[in-house]
Amino acid sequence: MVEGQIKIAANNLEIWFGQIHALKSLSIAIHEKEILGVIGPANSGKSTFLRSLNRFNDLDPHFRFQGSLRLGGKNIYKDIPVGELRKRVGMVFALPVPLPLSIFENVVYGPRRHGIKQKSVLEGIVEKTLQEAYLWEEVKDRLHISAMKLSGGQQQRLCLARTLAVEPEVILYDEPCSGLDPISTAKIEEAMRRFRKRYTQVLVTNNTKQAARVSDRTAFFLMGEMVELDQTGRIFTFPKDQRTNDYISGRFG
Amino acid sequence: MKYNSYRSEKIAFTILFAATFLVVLPVIFIILMIIQKGYSVISWEFLFTMPAKGMREGGIWPAIVGTLYLVLGTLIFALPLGVLSAIFLTEYAKNNALTRLVKLAIINLAGVPSVVYGLFGLGIFVMFLKFGASILAGSLTLAIMVLPIIITTTKEALESVPQSFREVSLSLGTSKWETIRFSVLPYALPGILTGVILAVSRAAGETAPILFTVAAFYLPKLPESVFNQVMALPYHLYVLSTQVPNVDIRLRYGTALVLLMLVLSLNLMAIVVRAKFRKKKKW
Repeated sequence: MVEGQIKIAANNLEIWFGQIHALKSLSIAIHEKEILGVIGPANSGKSTFLRSLNRFNDLDPHFRFQGSLRLGGKNIYKDIPVGELRKRVGMVFALPVPLPLSIFENVVYGPRRHGIKQKSVLEGIVEKTLQEAYLWEEVKDRLHISAMKLSGGQQQRLCLARTLAVEPEVILYDEPCSGLDPISTAKIEEAMRRFRKRYTQVLVTNNTKQAARVSDRTAFFLMGEMVELDQTGRIFTFPKDQRTNDYISGRFG
Repeated sequence: MKYNSYRSEKIAFTILFAATFLVVLPVIFIILMIIQKGYSVISWEFLFTMPAKGMREGGIWPAIVGTLYLVLGTLIFALPLGVLSAIFLTEYAKNNALTRLVKLAIINLAGVPSVVYGLFGLGIFVMFLKFGASILAGSLTLAIMVLPIIITTTKEALESVPQSFREVSLSLGTSKWETIRFSVLPYALPGILTGVILAVSRAAGETAPILFTVAAFYLPKLPESVFNQVMALPYHLYVLSTQVPNVDIRLRYGTALVLLMLVLSLNLMAIVVRAKFRKKKKW
């Protein structure tokens, strides 16, 4: 892959929750429109890193941080209002969380809050995003049934469509397929690969094979530190660090 | 004798069942007694006419109207105030010593004897603010009494909405208030209505808080403004039972029956609304 422009840059980022030092001196550059896979065992700081990108760690009252974090060159704490940041940096959670609304209303939840009222525009958004999330064919005739009636895999694709509906530049995935069947997993991975031209994507996953399948570069986190970051092909064949090798070959984690 | 799990199961079941039965028994007994002794006086005339001859004859219409006004007035003051402060306490207030103190104070407020509220209402609303004994003073006093109920149930209703709903909404770039308004409140509504039900029952049934602040002993006309006194069912029942000699006993039970039915039908309304919301918002 050609080294693109830098979309997100963290510089000496340190994060604490109370006394717990969750992320230690992290410096990383995420390129425009790449898929960055982030792997590592539990408590390695990978989710903390992900949630710092849309300021979701702020929801924890014990959260403290140091260092700088920039999106497109702008400091995400000083130069970008948090609402705008989260619009630009969307997130797909580990468990699918459809709101107890219809499929249609779930997708347009974001656009409605951001002031889009015209029905034709909303309908356009629904069709476009559901198609991009590979869900349209399955639900196009029943957009007004409750989203709770969908299967887990369908719900997760709906959540993906809902994230796309606010037109983000970056999409964060927090173990998006951890509870899904193989077919839904394949569809979400397919969607990620298709998004490569349009979005910058960060994929945190417990499934190292998934990172190997979809990401351009992969970072390995351990105990709050980034041990290694390299092209995915290289990190899975010739890891530089012994700990990375141990992890991907299944010796721990 | 050897331990026998079948036998101990049977004993446990019997004791638990008996306890539940003993709890239900008085409720059934009270309702049956009130119906049996009171139903014969219930008539169009009893419900919709003024009392006459020192309350020994005639109807209880002003007391019914008075109680309805008081319940309505109580909700007007207590519902917005209680719900809004519960939202603040649950969603916005930081979990520090001050917040915990406020929460503790609210819980303790629920334990204050109702006659103390009555005395407080007399001091503040009737005398200091010069509302006189009036619907306004009575409603405000009752509102303060039911506030802890509404705040506590609203708080629980808000807390029972999954945290993930808030996260999803925030992750789409909405503000905190938008998140509360569109992803939390709609799903807390059934729980809030439970609080309303409890508050209505309490406000309609209490005697002590209205004793000094609004209730009229004998006032055979309807109120014209919020600064008027009114008769109210619970106080009327007390008056009939202890203050007026030679009252037909059926009048007392008839009044009690009306009070019971009034509270039940107000509750029923809230329950129907709540069921409608529950059906729509399931997760």
